[in-house]
Amino acid sequence: MVAGIGIAISVQIFVGLLINSLQQSLVDSTMGRSPHITITSSVDDVTIRRWENMVDDIEKIAPVEVVSVSASGNAFARRGSTSKPVLVRGFDFETADRIYNISDSIYKGSPYQLRSEVIVGKDLSEELELDIGDRLTVSTPGGTDSALTVSGLYDLGASSINKTWLITKLETARKMFGFGSRVTSIEVTVSDLFRADIVANKLEKALDNNNIKVENWKEQNQQLLRGLEGQRISSAIIQAIILVSVIVAISSVLSISVLQKTRHIGILKAMGIKDRDAGLIFLYQGFLIGLVGSLLGIALGLSLVYAFVALTTVEGQPPLFELRIQYDFILRSWLIALFSAILAAIVPARNSLKLSPVDVIRER
Amino acid sequence: MGSIIELRNVDKTYAGAIDAQALFGVDLSFEEGSCSSIMGESGSGKSTLLNIMGTLDVPTRGEVFINGQRTDTMGKNRLAELRNETIGFVFQYHYLLPEFTAIENALIPYLIKSGKVDKEILERAEDLFDMMGISNVKNNAAARMSGGQQQRTAIVRALINNPRILLADEPTGNLDSRITERVCKNFREINERFGTTFVVVTHNSEVAKHTDRVVKIQDGRIEADI
Ligand SMILES: Nc1ncnc2c1ncn2[C@@H]1O[C@H](COP(=O)(O)OP(=O)(O)OP(=O)(O)O)[C@@H](O)[C@H]1O
Ligand SMILES: [Mg+2]
Repeated sequence: MVAGIGIAISVQIFVGLLINSLQQSLVDSTMGRSPHITITSSVDDVTIRRWENMVDDIEKIAPVEVVSVSASGNAFARRGSTSKPVLVRGFDFETADRIYNISDSIYKGSPYQLRSEVIVGKDLSEELELDIGDRLTVSTPGGTDSALTVSGLYDLGASSINKTWLITKLETARKMFGFGSRVTSIEVTVSDLFRADIVANKLEKALDNNNIKVENWKEQNQQLLRGLEGQRISSAIIQAIILVSVIVAISSVLSISVLQKTRHIGILKAMGIKDRDAGLIFLYQGFLIGLVGSLLGIALGLSLVYAFVALTTVEGQPPLFELRIQYDFILRSWLIALFSAILAAIVPARNSLKLSPVDVIRER
Repeated sequence: MGSIIELRNVDKTYAGAIDAQALFGVDLSFEEGSCSSIMGESGSGKSTLLNIMGTLDVPTRGEVFINGQRTDTMGKNRLAELRNETIGFVFQYHYLLPEFTAIENALIPYLIKSGKVDKEILERAEDLFDMMGISNVKNNAAARMSGGQQQRTAIVRALINNPRILLADEPTGNLDSRITERVCKNFREINERFGTTFVVVTHNSEVAKHTDRVVKIQDGRIEADI
């Protein structure tokens, strides 16, 4: 009797947790290592003036996690006779590291220390056959040539970055492109990346500067978002179906017990139980069945999730996704089950109000 | 002593595709502490009459008084209280709750009344079980007793709140003659010891012999009152 409810809820918990965990993993793997909000210049020379004030302001306006500035520009990297288009990215290493996690991505060599040092992505290093200590020449469209030394090789996980980014000191990039003390972008991360658009709007309003553009990852990743939205809707539909079956399970269980209990309620009424108390018997029963069933269901659902993770994890390989136990989701499912159990008990409780003891006695 | 039950000009018509009138202008009253039986052919209206006296059913016309209070116009909650405290019922079938033991079943009306069980009521219950000769099975599950034991448990339950009235509808209908005799003697004993007013509907003239007064009913009318 309680088992039916338990199974329905365990499916709800199992499906819900899996879908949510998968979704989170997907977002994290896509967005985990990039800025959530990017501020760029909208003037012709692509630089942002008085960025120091802006950085201070940003931290005051909104709860942001990291604010990092960058001086970046397109150039050509040349070694021997091979030349490739690159994006030179000048970063303050410590700050940018908090967004991109560069230090963990360096698989050979070390971060740049001197102004003449760069770190090169995996793909570019292969194309230009670069190794630690090798030298390359970077030519800007403005006609400046700079000689740089490779201090490390990185793998940031995305080949578009590994192929094009030449990461170096802020000053090196500024000098290369003649930016003076200016920067070309301010990059921001926030704690809840799904609120990035809200924070971005707030920043845009508060900074109130016609010379800048504020963009957030959501605008730039419409496709991913659409995918997530589709997933969210299908998971909502699945959960709605499960919810309906939970309610049906609970009410059918209760209606069976009502048939059994009708005679008893009738005779209790002959003995003077008040209608309200007779009705409460059903509500109480619904509550108890819902309580026990949903707790069983949560336990079962969680074990299923763990079993699933254990079964799909192959030794020595990273897990398919990172499991996240969302307590608010479990709490919500639990409350819904309880609530629907009580709701389902209301019908028999109401019917029991109408029941007259004579009906029961006459049946015999 | 005044009447504890009084019916004045009571009609009862069961509404349906064809309306069926079961009682016609019944005037009837029972003295406090009396012991009476109601007899009549099947379908003559005995159960209808008893249910109306017990406030389980309402008359179509006429007035019903229990203990001087008019009941046919009372609200449901007050009626429930009245039944709980003043009237005990015994039917042909015992209607015990199968999940509970005999003694738990017997205590239900007291639980409804006061919401708890105390030592006094337990003693009273044990007394009554003794009196009925079934104290050996009082801790049995209701379903694990003989028909006679179940019926006597139902009688204990009807008496637990020490009601002033006990209404019984064919209480011995399913019992053999030996147990029937015994139950009749119990009724008498309770009637004398507690002054409980008894009204027993029966087909069995042996049962009627144990009562002081026999009301005969035919086609919904009182035919004789001896
Ligand atoms: N719920 C009902 N609907 C319609 N008619 C009913 C209903 N209950 C009883 N009757 C009719 O009322 C009349 C009296 O019925 P009642 O049950 O009071 O008879 P009784 O004397 O108790 O009979 P028995 O000895 O068989 O128990 C019968 O004709 C019966 O058909
Ligand atoms: Mg009858």
